[in-house]
Amino acid sequence: DPDMKTEVVLLACGSFNPITNMHLRLFELAKDYLHETGKYKVIKGIISPVGDAYQKKGLISAHHRVTMAKLATKNSDWVEVDDWESCQSEWLETLKVLRYHHQKLLSADVTNSLQDAVPVTKLGRKRKQEPNRHEPVKKKSQSPAVKSVPQVKLLCGSDVLESFGIPNLWKLEDITEIVEKHGLVCISRAGSNVPKFIYESDILWRHKNNIHLVEEWITNDISSTKIRRALRRGQSIRYLVPDVVGAYIEKHQLYSPESEDRNAGVVLAPFQKYASDSKDSQALN
Amino acid sequence: MKSRIPVILLACGSFNPTTNMHMRLFELARDHLHQTGRYQVIEGIMSPVNDNYGKKGLVSARHRVAMAKLALETSDWIRVDPWESEQETWTETVKVLRHHYNESVRVFQSKKEFMRNKHPTERSAGESLSCQQPVLPELKLLCGADFLQTFKTPNLWKEEDIKEIVEKFGLVCISRAGSDPSQYIQESDLLTKFQHNIFLVKEWIQNEISATQIRSALCRGLSVKYLIPDSVIAYIAQHNIYTEESERKNEGDLLQPLKLHNTIINPLSD
Repeated sequence: DPDMKTEVVLLACGSFNPITNMHLRLFELAKDYLHETGKYKVIKGIISPVGDAYQKKGLISAHHRVTMAKLATKNSDWVEVDDWESCQSEWLETLKVLRYHHQKLLSADVTNSLQDAVPVTKLGRKRKQEPNRHEPVKKKSQSPAVKSVPQVKLLCGSDVLESFGIPNLWKLEDITEIVEKHGLVCISRAGSNVPKFIYESDILWRHKNNIHLVEEWITNDISSTKIRRALRRGQSIRYLVPDVVGAYIEKHQLYSPESEDRNAGVVLAPFQKYASDSKDSQALN
Repeated sequence: MKSRIPVILLACGSFNPTTNMHMRLFELARDHLHQTGRYQVIEGIMSPVNDNYGKKGLVSARHRVAMAKLALETSDWIRVDPWESEQETWTETVKVLRHHYNESVRVFQSKKEFMRNKHPTERSAGESLSCQQPVLPELKLLCGADFLQTFKTPNLWKEEDIKEIVEKFGLVCISRAGSDPSQYIQESDLLTKFQHNIFLVKEWIQNEISATQIRSALCRGLSVKYLIPDSVIAYIAQHNIYTEESERKNEGDLLQPLKLHNTIINPLSD
């Protein structure tokens, strides 16, 4: 029954320093995978570059990173860039970004449904009355527990999932809420450690139905770190990043040994934040 | 100042379809040769194989050349050449190399003629310099490490062809981190002898976009965006090129070079 498909928004958080073809590919893979289950309909993809306050080594200004991501997604009809996270003056936990976008989605939905004059089968979806169909008109559902409420799922690679195990990088209650209330779509290479990692964590195991593992058969290891390295060495990055991104980097001379030294020796924001609460840090397993 | 040797890179293959990885091979090869300090890559040529090659799933050359053209639209140094695909039948790689080498010599000589006929005051400073030391460009075969491995496949290559390729022309061979193509060289006396003319380039950024996987994804209605250029995706959709039917083309057939070899060694078999 097509009306019972859950609408999904894919949210990818990260440095995007710079955005690469691999980042963009994650969205395509996730969408194909969710559609093939027959249970989901991916309605939007959101790229949310991290704020400068994250203080990762080599992180250049959010303005450039957001601009490059926008250039890269200009000709995509479903993936867009959101700069809310990058505009915050302090670093934000990923969960907060998820909550923000989920709230945004829900209120947009409510606005749509309030405008509806015709009966709807689910929130926000207008449905034409077809005289020959004998389907009962379903009641508008207000409860968020109903399956038809749109969801925002965190899209990531296996490195992010496995980073859940790094002490003080994530709060345990955040991880729990991410997998329980929202869900994860994790793209990894065939033969990765991800299934084992999930198995070894009680929390992840409990919510494994909400963790979608997508295997990437076409090996594609275009990491931003390698891109920056190639640029420092005067090597070509063509066909690894969209042409417009390559041109922008070239024009603004964004990456150099100096830019790579930014934040050198500075403690990453989450570590700064959580190290002081070390008595609260619990193990993932 | 020692002048660099001009190099033209030639890649032969099915290009069925052209992927980002194919184009990346050119970029890697050029960077590598430039960093030796001895070469200046002046051109890249993509040469799609003739339909007669008989490989399974090979769609018509007309499409493969068109897709390569679209993919290379934004490149200022790589072009596609349809000569090989336009021949009557499948052509050995060494013959394709010879053809493009002769072409480059012809161009080189006509440039020299043109420069010689120009009055000295008409020549620019750059032109005068290159006149004094005109260097004939070298043509090198660009390939992946798997290509190097095919030299070992029985009956696929003629020994004298391999020799001419590595002796007269040269190879630029791209391999991925974790694989070691130098072993194929070690295992072959011929390749070892000419190893100075075999350039091994390591691709540290893994990007193994095989055309076979692309075709498979397309048949299943899966996205290949960001793996091959958007213009090629559009072309494939517009002409409905890759289907289950196209994948079955040449199924069960022997590759042309293997067919030829069988004919040669068994001309009298009845």
